[in-house]
Parts: sequence; structure tokens; C-alpha cells
Amino acid sequence: MKAKIHVTLKQGILDPQGKAIEHALDSLGFKNAANVRVGKYMEVDVQETDKAKADAQVKQMCEKLLANTIIEEYRYELV
Amino acid sequence: MSLVITKELIAQHNLTDDEFKKIVEILGREPNLTELGMFSVMWSEHCSYKSSRVHLKKLPTTGPRVIQGPGENAGVVDIGDGLCVVFKMESHNHPSFIEPYQGAATGVGGILRDVFTMGARPIALLDSLRFGGLDTAKNRHIVKGVVAGIAGYGNCMGVPTVGGEVVFNDIYSLNPLVNAFCLGIAQKDKIFLGTAAGVGNPVIYFGSKTGRDGIHGATMASDSFDDQSEKKRPTVQVGDPFQEKLLLEACLELMAGDLLVGIQDMGAAGLTSSSCEMASRAGNGIDLDLTHVPRREPGMTPYELMLSESQERMLMVAKAGKEEECIRICKKWDLDVAVVGKVTGSGILRVLDQGKVVAEIPAKSLADDGPRYERPFSPPGYQDMLTNLNYDALPDVKDANAALLALLESPTIASKRWVYEQYDHMVRTNTMVRPGSDAAVVRIKGTNKAVAMTVDCNSRYCLLNPYEGARLAVAEAARNLACSGAEPIGLTDCLNFGNPERPDIMWQFVMAIEGMKDACEHFKIPIVSGNVSFYNETNGLSIYPTPMLGMVGLIESADKTMTQWFREDGDDIILLGATREDLGGSEYLKVQHSREQGSPPYLNLETEQAVQSCVLQLIRSGLVQSAHDCSDGGFAVALAECCMSGPDQTHGAVVRLTPGRQRIDSMLFGESQSRILVSAKPAQRQAILDQAQQMGVPAGVVGAVGGASLVIYVGDERSTTKTIDLPVATIADRWGFSLERRLSQE
Amino acid sequence: MNVGVIVFPGSNCDHDCRHVFQDVLGQSVQMIWHKETSLTGIDAVILPGGFSYGDYLRTGAIARFSPVMRAVKAFAKDGGAVIGICNGFQILLEAGLLPGAMLRNKSLHFICKDVYVKVENAATAFTEACESGQVLKIPVAHADGNYYTDPVTLAAMQANAQIVLRYCTPEGKVTPEANPNGSLDNIAGIINPEGNVLGMMPHPERCAEDILGNKDGKLIFLSLLKAMKVKV
Repeated sequence: MKAKIHVTLKQGILDPQGKAIEHALDSLGFKNAANVRVGKYMEVDVQETDKAKADAQVKQMCEKLLANTIIEEYRYELV
Repeated sequence: MSLVITKELIAQHNLTDDEFKKIVEILGREPNLTELGMFSVMWSEHCSYKSSRVHLKKLPTTGPRVIQGPGENAGVVDIGDGLCVVFKMESHNHPSFIEPYQGAATGVGGILRDVFTMGARPIALLDSLRFGGLDTAKNRHIVKGVVAGIAGYGNCMGVPTVGGEVVFNDIYSLNPLVNAFCLGIAQKDKIFLGTAAGVGNPVIYFGSKTGRDGIHGATMASDSFDDQSEKKRPTVQVGDPFQEKLLLEACLELMAGDLLVGIQDMGAAGLTSSSCEMASRAGNGIDLDLTHVPRREPGMTPYELMLSESQERMLMVAKAGKEEECIRICKKWDLDVAVVGKVTGSGILRVLDQGKVVAEIPAKSLADDGPRYERPFSPPGYQDMLTNLNYDALPDVKDANAALLALLESPTIASKRWVYEQYDHMVRTNTMVRPGSDAAVVRIKGTNKAVAMTVDCNSRYCLLNPYEGARLAVAEAARNLACSGAEPIGLTDCLNFGNPERPDIMWQFVMAIEGMKDACEHFKIPIVSGNVSFYNETNGLSIYPTPMLGMVGLIESADKTMTQWFREDGDDIILLGATREDLGGSEYLKVQHSREQGSPPYLNLETEQAVQSCVLQLIRSGLVQSAHDCSDGGFAVALAECCMSGPDQTHGAVVRLTPGRQRIDSMLFGESQSRILVSAKPAQRQAILDQAQQMGVPAGVVGAVGGASLVIYVGDERSTTKTIDLPVATIADRWGFSLERRLSQE
Repeated sequence: MNVGVIVFPGSNCDHDCRHVFQDVLGQSVQMIWHKETSLTGIDAVILPGGFSYGDYLRTGAIARFSPVMRAVKAFAKDGGAVIGICNGFQILLEAGLLPGAMLRNKSLHFICKDVYVKVENAATAFTEACESGQVLKIPVAHADGNYYTDPVTLAAMQANAQIVLRYCTPEGKVTPEANPNGSLDNIAGIINPEGNVLGMMPHPERCAEDILGNKDGKLIFLSLLKAMKVKV
């Protein structure tokens, strides 16, 4: 199975890159663009056919390594 | 491979009909596609120096300290104590225009590999950059990308970027220049060369895997740009500085043991250039089996494998029987590694894939027998128009305060703090003089010595007179070193020019070589390494001729290192050298009168040498507190820089200039050469003036350090007109933040 | 004293730390490859600056799983002195030896320059050679030095005097302008509640010699020697 994982900064934590991009969008005329958040997108092939097992593994990967849960949150889908 | 080599295919490989005929002659048959590709990269301008080689031969390359001159990965110069410095400068111009971040980053990666391949640990990087003006978003994008790319790579490698120069001129808008200089330190008896000696020795590939990156990068660098260039993006390589850091440590560990015969990095033309050059230098051949080459993507053809420019890869020839030890070290550093061939006595580079011979070419014919051209050259018709300037038609300066501020704010002169604060310039804890003085200085641990480095070239001077411009570049580089207390010991060059097939461009090149030769011979500075970058032109518009120089100097006693900024209120300000009416080609004419015309400043090499010897003597005998050469923006800008460029505090200054019949703007902003501003305690005044007189150098006290303003009186002692009167806080702000302000425009 | 300098793939201030302890302070130094599992005979551990694992994913995120980190954790738990400088600090955070996390600098740029830090707590093993409130000039060189922690943890650190160094003006004023990276509460360096683990973003090893024009950083190392009762 393939896990598609998104890691972003938690709401409420300053995202300097997001702010810079928001500013740039604004100056390009996209006046209605707001709340830009920058994150990471990762794909992981998980050698596992059982969806529940794969799910548990990916969750562990996120908790242990892929996200720093002090500042980041994550979500993923398995396909 | 049954593919027919068509005329189109030959043209696509940037080979001429005559060059193709020569290939057929060498092989005794038509080449296959892989062979055609290999010839095309090795015979490209970038790798073969086919237009430049006949002229480069004229340059002085030897001297008592020279251990290795041009022709290897980098030059090597003896600094005593059993140590030597290894250095080179290289361009990465074309890739940096197409993808600024990666282009610049891989430029840094390439020059670092050139240095550590020789057995040296890199200890300093400098960069010389040329960009278009900052009023277009595209140019700002290139500046930000290039600076971030240099930072991203160099910082991660842990090699400090200690200096450099950045010049802005619209002529570089579509052809920015990124020239990276690297210096490493090695034991004199532990220098490694790119040679495949010893028949039967194993050839080992290590580093990153091979992908389809930058295929035909070498031919791209030998091609002019047109509007289609932006579509060439896929050929740009992506750098991985972390991988390179591992490669560096692995190389130095491999070299510490008695394991290697020769080693070379895979730069432009990748596996092809490294294998044929190593074989050719040793007069041997190599059997290369592509089956074992680590690959990043499936289905790669021999053509792609031989031409890939994937970064962070090396080829070594190990001593027979040492394969296992080499592999163990590479694996320790998590590198891919494989024995991919062996040295043969055949003189042939024979490439196999899955048991089949896919290419078979004499190594020497690839590496050394490329075409040589004596391209026609003649001065362009517009040359006189450039040099003839009627100064009487230009009014003298009215508001010198405004003129000085405009110069200090011009991006070429403004502080480059925004740039160098993004570079780690202190890692390795050797940096004695940080970016922002005439030359960067790093100490050599374990000795009392220090090494000073500078990169210089005023390309406007070179446009107006390429011969004089090149001489002036050598003189200025040496002067920058002298102001730091260093004696020049060697030079590397990076010669950036337009299309050599145009006689006017070739003339610029030939004249610049002559100028470098004459100046280097006079100063006895050997050129030990270098690089030529032609075809810096877009839609027929060439860059100014830019023979960039990286000069290295030695300071025997590190505590006699000097910086450019004033230190103490009350100190005398003394000008060494004479001010002539030299407005031609000045930054002032460009900023105030929008002219890039006239003849570049006059240079007399004897006078120059005397001034440099004098300042060195003064520094060594501890008589002066600061020394700064007058260059872009002339006396007034140099004085302002002395006031405000210090790391901890600024100083004011009060100075009086007494004009003869000279224009006031030329006194303040003219760029007369062979002038150095020093500051010293008043008690040393007489000793300094005596010393200067003894050495035949004009010298005079022009003022004193102190106060909160920069004040320049122009006139005799009774004159009370302050031609310039500006608070130091104002000039420091305008100069210090100009770049930042211009770059933050949306 | 026997100092262990941990070498991760991508560490690049390891030689600088060795130089300071060995050549400037005359101590014995052992370079410890990250695959080692024991710290036997080591009196103090330095996690040097650099780009361990290229700073890929997050700074320090991969290095914390190196085999040696298990030994470092045990060493710290037994009260051994550990200093993490720059990337070393980031690793200590990821490893949970210190609280909080690092965000990208507010400017989004890598930034290398001298900054001033105020010694907020001079009663630690890493600052006892300083005066309380003393201002030190020490360079920073990082892209991710924007310290963050939740308000509860911050309050606890403030209450325990765990904030050891804060960015300040040359005169010692802790102001937003003196903060080079947007760090919470101008934090430049913190210790754990037990006081034996220090993390700091500025590089004291870069300013410990006259020839480099600044010796302020030496005070951090002299403090450690003093705490370990080593005569220099």
C-alpha cells in the first residue's frame, strides 16, 4: 500500500514561509488568498496488505520520525 | 547500435563536419551514438578549450613555490612548513541562469570536489558574482536564488564562504556570472593526481548513483542562449551537499591510507571525462564495465551513463589488492561504491555493458587530441566610440554629498552584508578577516601563518580596453592582498567571455590574456589553475569581457594581518600614491552620468609595485592601523568605507584635498590606481613618510580620524568649504542597507 | 578531562570543538562516531554543530536515532554534562533531552553574524565563569534557530531558571530587535531541569581565541572545566 502523508505546522504556530508566500500572493494581486500554510508531502510504500496494520505502522512512523508533534501535525491516506 | 549517424545528429551534438571527419579518421570507422556523445562532450569548448588553448599557453605558470600548475583538478602552491595550498576557480554561469539555486549550488559542489580530489581539505570559499540591475523582478529572483544556492551548499559542507565580490550591471541580466573559488590545505607530500597508472589496477566508482541529470551539460555550457533556453531546464543537475560532505570525509580517509594511485571527480562530462583523462595522463587505457555502475533509474542506456552529470561522484584507481579496504571506507560513509573497471596498457577507453563493447576510443584522442582553433580576432568597430569621451561636455560635480550617497547606494559599491550573512563565514574557526575588507584572511592552524584571498575584475575597464583591464585586475587583486599584509603567491582565473567565433570577442580574449601575462610576469605571480567560459551571450548580446581573478597571498606572521577600517579617533589618515584625472570607466560616470565610456585608469606597474611593497613594509613593521585600497568610487568611497565598515564601531574623519587644475569629481570619485589609504598613530607619521619617500612612493597626511561626520574640504588650507559633509550614521545606513532595500521590492 | 565529541554524518563543527578543547584548553578529546554505543571513560559530551543528515526532514530529526544517542541519553540521565551547540541543540530537542522545538528563522534566511547574549543564569555548570547578567558576543550560524515551546513549558522553564542565555543588545537589553531569528522569549540557550544538559544556538567555539578577535565563548568552556574541577 502507498501512504500519502501531509505534515504541516500546527494551527497557531507561526509559519514564516507561509507568511512570506501569502505576502507574495497578495502583491501578485491575489487579494483573497489568506492563511497560507506550508508543509511537507511524503509518499511511502508500505509492504503490507492489511489496511489496519498499515495504518498502525504509518501512524507510528509519523509520531516517531516524520512529524515533530511539538510543532507539527500530520494526516495521511492509504491507497 | 545500428543507428545511422545523420547530419542532424552531428549538429545536435554541436560538432562541425570537420570535427566529425576527424573522429572518423581516429576511429577508422563511423562512431556509434555513445561514441559520438563522448566525443561531443570531450571536444566541447567547455572540456577541450579548443578556442582558448593556443592563447592560454602564453600565461606564466611556474615559480619557485609552484608544485602543480594548470592541467590538473586544481593548482598547488607551497606555503612552507611542509604544507601547500590547493586552489581553483570555476564558472557555473549557464546553469545558474536556468535554475539559480541549483546552478549556483552545484557550482560550489564542483569546485569543492576539484580541491578535495587533490588530497586537500577545503578551508575557504569565495564567490564572484555578476548580475543585472535590481530593478527587475527576474534579476532579483536570480540574485536571491544564487545566494541561497551558494549558502545552501557551502554551509552544509562546513566550508566557510569568507569573501567575494558582487557587481551589478544590466549587461549581465540574461547572462549572470557565478564564479566559485575554493582553497584547500594539504601536506606537500600528500597530493593526489588524476592518473590511471599501473596496468591491472582496479577502477572504482563511488559517491552518488548515476541518474539522467545534466546530460549534455558540457555542451550546454558551450552554447549561446536564445529565447528557448528556459526550456532547457531538465538538464540542470541537482546538488546534494550532504552526500558531498560524506564524499569529502571518505576521500580524505581513503587518502590517509596507502590505497590510491589516482582519483578524479566526475564533473562536466561525468564518467567519460574522468575515465579518459585519467587514462590519458598515465598513457594507459581503461576497461570500464557499465554493468556495475550504481544507477538511480532503470533502463539507462550506455549513452546516458557515459554522459550523465549527476553530482557528487568520483572515480579512483586503487592499488591492486586494496579494493576491499576502499569499499569498506566508502560504505562507512554510506556511499555507493563499485569496482567498475581496470587499467589496461592499451591506451584505449573500452566501455562494456552486459558483456558487449559499446564504445572503444583511444583515451588520448578524447582527452587531448580535440580540435585546436586559432580563431580570427580583430578589435570591434565600436571600440573607439567607447574610449573617446569628451570630458569637457560633462559638468563637474555640483552636489558632492548627493553624488557620494548615490555611489554608496549603488549596488556594486553598497555593503554586501545581505549576501554574506547568509553564508557561514566562520565555520572551521580560521576566519581572521571576515567578508567586507579588501581580502579575506584565514589562519593556518598549527603554524603562525595565514592565507589571504581575493577575487577581482573590473569588467567595465576590460570592455573599454581588455589589455589594460586585465592588467588592472591583476594589480588590484595584488593590492588587495598587500593591504591585508599578504604577499601574492599564486593566481587562478575564470575567463568569462562571449562567443569566440566572433572576431571582436576573440580580440577581447586575446588582449585580456596579454594583459594578464604582462602583469603577472611583472609581479612574478604564477597562474596555477583556471577555467574558460565562452558563449556568455544571449540573442547576440555578449557580456562585458570578465577575466575574473582569484589571487592567493601568504602572511608569514598571522599577527601582522591588516584590515581596512579605521580603529581610533585621532589617528592620521595618509594617502599613499598619486591622484590623477582618471574618470574613464568609473562607477561615478555610470551612476552620475550614465556613461560607461572613456579609457580605464592609467596603470604603471613599477609604481604599483612600489606602492604595494611600501604598504606591506608599513604593515610588517607595525606602523599602520588600517590599510584600504582606492578602487570603485575612488578616494571618497574608500574613505567612507574606512569610516563605516568596521565590525564594532564606526568613525568619522576630517580630510582636506588640495586640487591643482584637476576636476573636483576626479579628485573625489576618479579611480586612479596605485593608491592606498592608511591610518596610523600620529607618533608614527614621520616614520611612515620617510619609509614612503625611501621607496619612491608619494605620500601625504590628508586628515585625521574622528568626529561623527565624514568631512572633506577641497581647496587650500584657508578654504572653509566642506565639499562633503555627511553624518557617518547616514552614510552607514545608506551603504549598509541599500542592497536589502532594493531586494525587498516586490 | 576527557571530552567526547559526537560525529554524525554531516556534523561540521566537530573539528572546531576538538580544537577548542584540545589545543586551546589542553584537554583530551575523543571523536565518537555516531555508530558507537558506549561512552565509557568520557567526562563530558559535546554534540557539535553542522548539518547532521543534511538537515533533511527536520534539523536533528534523523540524528536522534543514531545508535550513540541511546548512550548519550543514559549519560545525561546519570548526570553527565552534555552541551549541544547549534545543530547539537536541535538534536537534543528532537531527542527530548531538552524541551521545545526549532522553527525556521523569521527572515527565512540562513544567518551568520555576531550576536549578543545575556547570561540569565550564572549558577550553572556552563556559565559559572560568567557574571550574572554579563553580555557575551558570540556568533550564530543557522537557518532554524527560532525556538518554540508551549506556554506551560515556557512558564516552567522561566520558573526554574532554565533559560540560560537570551539574545540582547550590546548593552544587555533584551529587545525584539536584538532577536536574530524570532526565537520565543529571545531564547538563545536553555538547560534541563537537572542542570546538566545545555543547548545553545550561538557558537562559543568560534570565539575562544585572541587570533579570532573575540574570546567571549571561552567562558562557556571554562565554566564547564570549573564545574568539573579541572585546572587549566
